[in-house]
Amino acid sequence: MTSTTPTCPTCDATVPMPAGVVAHELITCPDCGTELEVLSLSPFTLDLAPEVEEDWGE
Amino acid sequence: MMRVGLLITHVRPEEKLLLAEFAACGVTPDVILDRDLAFDLTAGPEQLAPSGHPWTAYDVILERCVSTSRGTYALAILNAWGIRTVNNYQTATTCGDKLLTTLALARAGIAQPRAMAAFTEETSVQAIEEIGYPAVLKPVTGSWGRLLARVNDRDAAESVLEHRFTLGDWTQHTVYAQEFVEKTGGRDIRAFVIGGQTVCAIYRTSPHWITNTAKGGVASNCPVTSELNDLCVRAAHAVGGGVLALDVFESEHGLSVNEVNHTMEFRNSSAPTGVNIAGAVVSYVMSVGQDGGRHEWPPYTVDTVEVVL
Repeated sequence: MTSTTPTCPTCDATVPMPAGVVAHELITCPDCGTELEVLSLSPFTLDLAPEVEEDWGE
Repeated sequence: MMRVGLLITHVRPEEKLLLAEFAACGVTPDVILDRDLAFDLTAGPEQLAPSGHPWTAYDVILERCVSTSRGTYALAILNAWGIRTVNNYQTATTCGDKLLTTLALARAGIAQPRAMAAFTEETSVQAIEEIGYPAVLKPVTGSWGRLLARVNDRDAAESVLEHRFTLGDWTQHTVYAQEFVEKTGGRDIRAFVIGGQTVCAIYRTSPHWITNTAKGGVASNCPVTSELNDLCVRAAHAVGGGVLALDVFESEHGLSVNEVNHTMEFRNSSAPTGVNIAGAVVSYVMSVGQDGGRHEWPPYTVDTVEVVL
């Protein structure tokens, strides 16, 4: 998870860094659709996005 | 240079827009993740935030947590320490609870659907039938249209209540029942109040009785009339003010406030309205950071103080 081309923790596909992405933004694996969180930009690292909790909302 | 903290759970499209607007103002907020927070409640605000700066170094903290519990408690702590926040704890705790929101609106004489609260299955059925069918059951806390139930008759009411009292945790055992309002044209209004004025509004149109855009409601521009602005500003004032999104019903009886949201999402609202909502939020946050935003609410006289519950 620390290489410059991280892979999806679910399907192991390589996930390219989207243009304009910021740290802690949620993105979607282009292969399997898993929601991922960008942990850092340099290096570009990812992890599974946190699960939605009951108190989440606006 | 003003020091701003942006307290988040993660970055939604709204936070990305806010960061861009801060950058346009020459401000780079410290992004503080709620997962990283650990407060010493017995110490003071000189302790370090996860950013490495003492909390006292911040002119203002913008709370944008998706997690209501984390955001609300963080605001409680920061406000207890005298740290300026948007929104403040009073606003967050009122808007985070539909029962408390209803009470605050009632106290200020704001038009709203009739609502009742009860704590047992038996008294909840009585409360629902006092309102009349159809009625809407809502969790007192919650968002995005989750776990709303429109009950059309006694069978449905008893069934929903039995499920809530059997399967739900204690938060589901406070029953909040609201009069169902038939939406004119299958739409309701979401109005954005920032710094004491209604900056824009959208219609949310859906064939479903739940019109949240999170549930597929379609957004279009809603003109801000003086009637809508007056209602929304009064309602925002009633819950403590700040940056708010109000859900408003239209009916043959006029406008009424359904809910007030204090960490609003607006990703679908700037395009149809043409209003830079993120920019308005940032301007307001900067004003709070500079002078506490105390100019935001002009003196306001509430015409009616009758409590309707």
